[in-house]
Amino acid sequence: MEKRIRVLVAKPGLDGHDRGAKVVARALRDAGFEVIYTGIRLTPEQIAEAALQEDVNVVALSLLSGAHNTLFPRIAALLKQKGLTDILTIGGGVIPDSDIPGLKAAGIAEVFTPGTPTTKIIEYIKANVK
Amino acid sequence: MDIVTELLSGSKLAIARAITAVENEYDDAVNIMQKIYPHTGKCYIIGITGPPGAGKSTLTDKLTKEYRSRGKTVGIIAVDPSSPFSGGAILGDRIRMNELTMDDGVFIRSMATRGSLGGMSRKTAEVVKILDAAGKDIVIVETVGVGQSEVDIVKTADTTLVVLVPGMGDDIQAIKAGILEIGDVFAINKADREGVERLNLEIEMMLDLDQGENTWRPKVMRTVASQNQGVVELVDAIEEHAAHMIQSGLIQRRRFERTRTEILAMLDEAINIYLMKKVAGSKFEKLLAEVNQRQNDPYSAVKAILAEVLK
Amino acid sequence: MANESLKAKREAYDAKVAKALAKNPERINLPKLRLATPLDIEGFDYEKDLGFPGEYPYTRGVQPTMYRGRFWTMRMYAGFSTAEESNKRYRYLLESGGTGLSCAFDLPTQIGLDSDDPKSEGEIGKVGVAIDSLADMEILFDQIDLGKVSTSMTINAPASVLLAMYIAVAEKKGISADKLNGTIQNDILKEYAARGTYIFPPKPSMRLITNIFAYCAQNVPHWNTISISGYHIREAGSTASQEIAFTIADGIAYCEAAIKAGLNVDDFAGRLSFFWNAHNNVLEEVAKFRASRRVWAKVMKERFGATNPKSWMLRVHTQTAGSMLTAQQPDNNVVRVALQTAAAVMGGTQSLHTNSKDEALALPTEASVRVALRTQQIVAEESGLADVVDPLGGSYYVEALTNQIEAECWDYIKKIDDQGGAVVAIEKGYIQREIQDSAYKWQMEVEKKERIIVGVNKYQIVEKPPEGLLRVDAAVGEFQKGKLAKMKAGRDNAAVAAKLAALESACKDENVNLMPVIKDAVLVYATLGEICGVMRKVFGEYQPTVSL
Repeated sequence: MEKRIRVLVAKPGLDGHDRGAKVVARALRDAGFEVIYTGIRLTPEQIAEAALQEDVNVVALSLLSGAHNTLFPRIAALLKQKGLTDILTIGGGVIPDSDIPGLKAAGIAEVFTPGTPTTKIIEYIKANVK
Repeated sequence: MDIVTELLSGSKLAIARAITAVENEYDDAVNIMQKIYPHTGKCYIIGITGPPGAGKSTLTDKLTKEYRSRGKTVGIIAVDPSSPFSGGAILGDRIRMNELTMDDGVFIRSMATRGSLGGMSRKTAEVVKILDAAGKDIVIVETVGVGQSEVDIVKTADTTLVVLVPGMGDDIQAIKAGILEIGDVFAINKADREGVERLNLEIEMMLDLDQGENTWRPKVMRTVASQNQGVVELVDAIEEHAAHMIQSGLIQRRRFERTRTEILAMLDEAINIYLMKKVAGSKFEKLLAEVNQRQNDPYSAVKAILAEVLK
Repeated sequence: MANESLKAKREAYDAKVAKALAKNPERINLPKLRLATPLDIEGFDYEKDLGFPGEYPYTRGVQPTMYRGRFWTMRMYAGFSTAEESNKRYRYLLESGGTGLSCAFDLPTQIGLDSDDPKSEGEIGKVGVAIDSLADMEILFDQIDLGKVSTSMTINAPASVLLAMYIAVAEKKGISADKLNGTIQNDILKEYAARGTYIFPPKPSMRLITNIFAYCAQNVPHWNTISISGYHIREAGSTASQEIAFTIADGIAYCEAAIKAGLNVDDFAGRLSFFWNAHNNVLEEVAKFRASRRVWAKVMKERFGATNPKSWMLRVHTQTAGSMLTAQQPDNNVVRVALQTAAAVMGGTQSLHTNSKDEALALPTEASVRVALRTQQIVAEESGLADVVDPLGGSYYVEALTNQIEAECWDYIKKIDDQGGAVVAIEKGYIQREIQDSAYKWQMEVEKKERIIVGVNKYQIVEKPPEGLLRVDAAVGEFQKGKLAKMKAGRDNAAVAAKLAALESACKDENVNLMPVIKDAVLVYATLGEICGVMRKVFGEYQPTVSL
């Protein structure tokens, strides 16, 4: 049976710039993934709960407002709390390189900074999804 | 985690995992379904369909909130089409229901059709059973009604709600027949737009033509889902239909038919799989070649295969 | 006929081109029009199509002498962290030669939330300054003469509140509202379509906007009550034609709403302003600016019957394209911004913000913002581009491109009209889908290398991550919350409750202009979150249409 990779694409916090998230969602769809696109202005709690109910393989977070150091780790922690230990959590947006090690330590598997081609994200997911 | 035990006590993680097992046809899927089957048959199933842009997801969100205020728990299955090119899908119905995510009495799952429309109805029915066994009072199946497949999906429902919007050009003409015929309740959403009266009239006229032996005259309701208007009345109408179904014994008949259809479909699939296994191989390819070269004919070929397979 | 001879000569040229292409194929993705000649602007009527600057249809500019008299306003968008910090940056910019202020507010402020709201966690002071009450506004404009400086505030859903605060600050400093110069962005439609910082649904939002139009017409006559924005639509991925078409469609919707509310078009139209993007393709941008002025002039004169020439004029603020900044080899961004500046200047902008080189990854440092400002000053003083009015006017290519963009613009406006206008088109998701499709197309072109971005998909190097980026201290959030708590404890809470109750009643009555009521609340130090909370209660919250 064809198993489809399910990805939750979400924008946590108050940032409303969704051009990137929508382009990534479409690219993932064109690569054969099932994308649950949940839009903007989500709380970490909403994202983690949606990830649970949808039993996704990947949580992909987009954030351009600088609040990533607060929100990304919180989401990773909530996913762990809910027993969703197999989920690949990735992030993208306006994130300075110097913040990436901290995010990775907090449970974000990879961060894709501006200019990353969507093909790179797709390959990463295919190679690392559990 | 014992999925079945957890599921029966309402664990959301167990529900989610069970749905995935069924969707992906994991080895333990049949076992799970067998174990939970005795605990199904309790929930009331509402199917919601209609053209894209009708506001079904928003309406589902509002309906669910109303049902919650009436003390019911709700499971929602939101179905969206897979891309015929890539096989992927964008499942965006959840956006309209983000508030419900934090309501413990609601479980929402987005499903893609995955290209196999007949299989889709069966899978949806199985997911309904999972939510049923997990204790949900109401299960809503929401699909985009533009084809036969969606009509099939909605046939798994006790009450079918068809959502339409005024001002969509040719209105009724634009919507394939079949969807209109299965409607038990109609909701004209975005009823603050121009063309409501006309659409209402068209639906009533069509219902007049179709009345036949039905004991239920479908109700035509008006809502403005985005403003939460008309929702209470819509739920009342659905409840009215539900009461009718129960009192008249129609619900028993429908569910019996559903069981029959389901078993026949499962049999059909099982036989097909068996057949394909048996039929594969060089013997079959040889027969095919013969038929193609007019050294044999399809009818004789099939007879020969059946004789072989049904030995 | 001269035309026939020219046509023949062009055919000969085309034949030569065909031969040349066989040996030297052209690069991909180029405009179809390789070389413009008089044949490409057949029917061109100088007086009708161009006219003179400062005259209908304003193709060549809205003032007769343009920058020969006064340069465009060099208005650098700034704001971050606390009002104290931002005030320092504003005074630095003014001292460095900036000629106008432009305020950036943080996301909680833009969405009408106070710093102590749980949703504000992690966002306080990050993308702009945190303003919770009049107290913060007073600090923000400390030592700044609001009678002399014009201030643009990028604020939309809660624009009424921030404007009321600005007026209150000025009045406290002894400057009456009728002396104030500035702009509030106040463009909710593009929030729904492209930017995402909306609060209330369309109907009450339009009411707030028309309330502001009416209030300012009476009390703040030199204030630009709206900056109808295409910048964000372009940033979200639209094409140049879509940028101006969707924006002008929004403008049409605002005019219709104001007229429906009982205002006379000439009473408010002169105070409408626009906001364009200055993107990379210099020639296309110049043509876009010129086309936009011609279209708007026609819309105001013919569609709305405005009779005051000020009503026909499209005045515009411009920002260089943020989305074209690269995180890779950031120094290259200085060059990009210089070219985008040249485009905006040749396009005839009234005011300009230039991005800093480090903005792909952070807010700008003092040093990099100075280079951005100097970019404008160099173009103004050294390049000669500001010394002649509409220098590209008459170029066969630019005139042909101006005509083409104008035609595409009318096309979109008609499509939107047919759907019932911009508000309906946004509700249906039409505008959003067009933008998303363009954005996706762009991304795929970049990934297939059909569109080159230097340093990103060509001429890449291995580089170390940049150092010295501006960081907004995490402690800002705590500091701001502390300030807010102290302010709340020290104010007259009974008066606040009373004014908020008055606001709630006023919101429920569609015939009441909310500006004076909001100002009353602001003056007793009701917070932004409290005021917007009342409005949320009465108006509800917007539920977006998302169609991917």
